Amino acid sequence: MKRLATMKKSTRNNLFTYALVIAAFVVVQALRVGPGIGSMLEGQLIPICAYVTMALALNLVVGISGELSLGHAGFMSIGAFAGSAFAMALQDSVGLSPLRLALAMVFGALIAAVLGFLIGIPVLRLNGDYLAIVTLAFGEIIKSIATNVYLGMDGNGLHFSFLNDTMDLSDGGVELIRGPMGVMNSQRISTFIAGFVLVLAALTIIFNLVNSRTGRAIMAARDNRIAAESVGISVTKYKMIAFVTSAALAGAAGTLYGCSQTTFVATRFDFNTSILILVFVVLGGLGNMWGSVIAATALTILPEALRQFSELRMLVYAIVLILVMLATNNPTLRGFFTRLFRREREGADAGVRAVKGGGGHE
Amino acid sequence: MKKLRILSLAMTGALCLSLLAGCGGGDSGTSETPSGGASETPAAENTGSTATGAAFKIGGTGPLTGGASIYGLAAQRGAQIAVDEINAEGGAIQFELRYEDDVHVAETAVNAYNTLKDWGMQISLGSVTSTPGVATSALNYEDRIFALTPSASSPDVIEGKDNVYQMCFTDDNQGSASAQYIYDQGLGENIFVIWKNDDVYSTGIYNQFVAKAEELGLNVVGNATFTEDTQTDFTVQLTQAQGSDADLIFLPMYYQPASMILTQADQMGYAPKFFGVDGMDGILTMEGFDTSLAEGVMLLTPFNADATDEATVSFVTKYQEQWEETPNQFAADAYDCVYALKQALEEAGCTPDMSAEEINDALIQVFPTITFHGLTGDGEGITWDATGAVSKAPKGMVIQDGAYVGMD
Repeated sequence: MKRLATMKKSTRNNLFTYALVIAAFVVVQALRVGPGIGSMLEGQLIPICAYVTMALALNLVVGISGELSLGHAGFMSIGAFAGSAFAMALQDSVGLSPLRLALAMVFGALIAAVLGFLIGIPVLRLNGDYLAIVTLAFGEIIKSIATNVYLGMDGNGLHFSFLNDTMDLSDGGVELIRGPMGVMNSQRISTFIAGFVLVLAALTIIFNLVNSRTGRAIMAARDNRIAAESVGISVTKYKMIAFVTSAALAGAAGTLYGCSQTTFVATRFDFNTSILILVFVVLGGLGNMWGSVIAATALTILPEALRQFSELRMLVYAIVLILVMLATNNPTLRGFFTRLFRREREGADAGVRAVKGGGGHE
Repeated sequence: MKKLRILSLAMTGALCLSLLAGCGGGDSGTSETPSGGASETPAAENTGSTATGAAFKIGGTGPLTGGASIYGLAAQRGAQIAVDEINAEGGAIQFELRYEDDVHVAETAVNAYNTLKDWGMQISLGSVTSTPGVATSALNYEDRIFALTPSASSPDVIEGKDNVYQMCFTDDNQGSASAQYIYDQGLGENIFVIWKNDDVYSTGIYNQFVAKAEELGLNVVGNATFTEDTQTDFTVQLTQAQGSDADLIFLPMYYQPASMILTQADQMGYAPKFFGVDGMDGILTMEGFDTSLAEGVMLLTPFNADATDEATVSFVTKYQEQWEETPNQFAADAYDCVYALKQALEEAGCTPDMSAEEINDALIQVFPTITFHGLTGDGEGITWDATGAVSKAPKGMVIQDGAYVGMD
């Protein structure tokens, strides 16, 4: 207990995040084995894991590295298409489905990382909001390409065609990607446990990166580019490390998502999805990993929990979102809560600090 | 002091919550049955305890909000009218209908389906649109809940699933039927196709149309594509068609883009024949569209809102009274679905206290054997084969003086 008190704040924070995720997993798993959690929530478990991973990945870029990406759904799309196609192609050669899923995730992550690297080369050299614009375009390009790709496999190997389906698969061939009809999985191999493992892996990778020499360099480049360069930090290199890691995690999350759905289409991963993930990150707090976990979970469940409002559902969703945003960023409210749970003197200090922090945040 | 503050906070919170809960309860009570209390039978609450008077729970998902909502709302309203009629009759079979919103996204459709399952759905109306339909029909198959979808027309929806049936033509079927029709009637020498390449429906029909046209020896001189984001300007595609001397343009798409094409072709002074599919139905009632532009447009559709038979007139009148618009084929298909289910349930002798799986097994036996007469299809009735595909005659229609007229 004493060690916990003397620990560094960041270490305590990290431990709290791990504990939060593990506790949530244990509770949900216990409920599933016992009384059950209802079909609605049961069906959402894997998408929640995928969105949590997406939020963590984007938080690495937006919160830690300080660049804005508006096309993270594009990386998710790449991961989903590449991963699902890979998993289906391996269906006969790799029998064990968890192993197949793991291989597919690695493949999805790899493809997304390569694309992230290619985008990063020109953009991360520049100073300013260029990454936001380029990633936005990237997301749209991926959407258009994935809508028109036909990929199939039969005894003669892989077949590929673009715009029109001219593959002519022989008997027993499988269509892996079917243009505007997206992917149709013959099997859903993603499991909640796989999702949990992915979230834990993402947390471990991000925390280890952030708390290393590399991580400190990334944050130094974020806080003051000129100062960082003056002490010999290669800003492009460190921003690239953060961006590619994030792209890879997004790709793996996409594979998890893709393999959990019977069918999905490229238009699912559009600009709106990118913004939704950005909302998770902003709501949870920039650079705050446990905040991203909670925000992604809550905002994924919320629209379904609001089904009783029928067609007003998305309106209520938007109102709740605005209220939460206002409430969490309101210095008076923050001060109120701090005062409520701390002694008067400490509370007054914290209130002042919160006001200052709020001002600085703008 | 501090305790008092916490207490006051808790009280305020509790008050707010109770307010919200009040809202929620009231709202859900009215919103789940949008057409009023007629559908609520008194015994609907204790489903399962007694057979007589209790209702079968039917659930369906469809886009009730968002860009595709006209299809979902039409299906929901059509089905609701059928359910209200059946319940008002007070026969042995009563229904309770619930539609959930899927915003035309597969993932949301799965959530909507699961919500319906938690509600206790016994029979499913599947999904209204194709992509969500593929996702929910896989779950229907796994959970052994019988599904009859009004309008999810992709062949993937029924493929390999013994308990999923369709009320609409499959996309393939429409493509080849259209090519056959054009060939039989000698409608065009040079055919040009404009299709939407990010849409399952349009792509499915296009591929099959081209394959069939080749087989029949029709001369397809070219094709041009558009997407969701570019469906407001068709001058490029029309110029291309004009340049290739096309005298017939095939439009496998829904009526909104088709109305743009007709308007812009008119502005260009280009007047080929236009041939549409069942998605074109609805163009005459579209707001802000000059129906004289649609003069001479031909289409294949299973439903005709201007038909004069008693059933159609009664349905169209009711629909117009309640919703102040003319029903399209989605509404008619959903209406037929409910009546087809009723007929099948009667033949199978199902009662509302049976589980979803028992009903499922009974309906699988019965469905391929029945012949159903509804709003869609012609006098010979509608039949299904064991794969779940429907067999009914498409009607060739041509638009004359702002109304459909049979072509034969």
